[in-house]
Amino acid sequence: MFEIRIHGRGGQGVVTAAELLSVAAFEEGRHAQAFPTFGSERMGAPVTSFCRIDDRPIRRREPVTHPDALVVQDPTLLHQIAVFEGFKEDGYLLVNTSRSFAELGIEEVTAGLQHACAVPATDLAREHLGKPLPNAALLGGLAALTGIVSIESVEAAIRGRFAGDTATRNASAARAAYDAVQGVVHA
Amino acid sequence: MREQIEGSQAVARAVGACRPQVIAAYPISPQTHIVEELSDLVRVGRLESEYLMVESEFGALSACIGSSAAGSRTYTATSSQGLLFMAEALFNASGLGLPIVMTVANRAIGAPINIWNDQSDSMAMRDSGWIQLYARSNQEAADVHVQAFKLAEELSLPVMVCMDGFVLTHAFEPVDVPDEVTVDAFLPPFQPRQLLHPDDPVTIGAMVGPEAFTEVKYLMHLTQRAALDAVPRIAGEFREAFGRESGGLVQRYRTGDADTVVVALGSVLGTAEEVADAMRDDGYAVGVLGIGCFRPWPDSEVRAVLANARRVVVLERAFSVGAGGIVGKDVRDALRGTDSVVYDVVAGLGGRPITGASLRRLLDDVAADRLDPTELHFLDLRTDVVSQELARGGAR
Repeated sequence: MFEIRIHGRGGQGVVTAAELLSVAAFEEGRHAQAFPTFGSERMGAPVTSFCRIDDRPIRRREPVTHPDALVVQDPTLLHQIAVFEGFKEDGYLLVNTSRSFAELGIEEVTAGLQHACAVPATDLAREHLGKPLPNAALLGGLAALTGIVSIESVEAAIRGRFAGDTATRNASAARAAYDAVQGVVHA
Repeated sequence: MREQIEGSQAVARAVGACRPQVIAAYPISPQTHIVEELSDLVRVGRLESEYLMVESEFGALSACIGSSAAGSRTYTATSSQGLLFMAEALFNASGLGLPIVMTVANRAIGAPINIWNDQSDSMAMRDSGWIQLYARSNQEAADVHVQAFKLAEELSLPVMVCMDGFVLTHAFEPVDVPDEVTVDAFLPPFQPRQLLHPDDPVTIGAMVGPEAFTEVKYLMHLTQRAALDAVPRIAGEFREAFGRESGGLVQRYRTGDADTVVVALGSVLGTAEEVADAMRDDGYAVGVLGIGCFRPWPDSEVRAVLANARRVVVLERAFSVGAGGIVGKDVRDALRGTDSVVYDVVAGLGGRPITGASLRRLLDDVAADRLDPTELHFLDLRTDVVSQELARGGAR
């Protein structure tokens, strides 16, 4: 089983991101489950969502405490909540930022990680969507970093959820982040 | 066709496929997504139904009583305080024998206010005369709603389908939503047992005095007990029509040779089964009994499964303050005269996750005889917080 935890703030599409990821995995014929933490659905409040992907039916329903992949949609959370709690050393970390890990003050943590990557998802979202909504871009980045789903499945999930221009723009933001992370990971 | 879908949406579409003629509901978390989706289905014309905007849950169920008595297939949904607000009308719906189907998206009851999941709401309405079915997954939640309409209308009794709020209602997972064609073949059009109609006036719900009130209640009891035959039969008909297992009175998992059996209701069953597998790998004969139908209480089935188990751990997301376990009491009753030891464990109150790790610790304690079966236990109780409050005189 592959478990993903996404940290962000209300309004950034944290819950939608986990749902879309589960749809992408489902489209690839796998079993997937997505759910949010509940109750703090206020604009700007910290929100966490979870996604599990497996080749067998998923029976457990507790929050993900030891994620294989961690997505930080909002870097201002890094020093506010225990984002890294239970994170595995061989896990995949994807942070939405245009700054370095040192500038963010998390170098001590990332130095011990084998798969840590930064992607300026908000900038990419502004460019492709005209809005600072980083979730679709981060899914593209996550596909490149982990290979857990293909970018084509991510794009299909986005097109299944949104209509017309919104779908196209989000899909192109995801593709742009995918290419950016591919460039870093396979450099 | 299986699709990756939110639990609420799956349930709303399954209910839609049953073609309810009247839907009256008032939104409350975590039920909201279900009624939003249904109102959307009506708005875009995919479901032909009278969707009533009401001012409260009391209004919602009162409208349902009227529409059901007038011969319409009727549906509503609620949670928590909303269900309590319906309380008076609940007893009228069952007393009048009206086959209303209601989803309860299970949520804790305040005070203190808490919007998260437990089963205190439906358990508080245990004695309301409604049949209570509990779903373990979103697939089962969708399927059991289709069965619930058939059950309700055959017996002319209202049915509550209980699904854990948020844990199920807000989870995306694969569901094969029952389609309209198969549902149409499975569920015949509603034929009301009695009809309130101006052309043929009758009185329903007239006053009954001491000379016959007991008899009316006795007959209600008999009718509800008839569900013990109808629930498994309808689950069998559903399997024939849809090709999958869903619903039923109880669900057994590795109970045949089990020395210890965990009894539970709802979404925790998957975790319990995973822990049972892990314990089996370590040489402990653990099984799981899921209660799919809580009212009427399937005492014979429960007894048949548990009578040979040395230990029975009843895990419940509600309890009777000042007394103990609610399901646990029924289990003890079913096991009267056997040597089985029953442990009552309250877990997952107000949204606290019931984790596999905590369940494993609990079952290790049971296996090592470290748990006192005469006490009521609370899984993951924060004893530091409790001791601090007790020291401050928080409980008298």
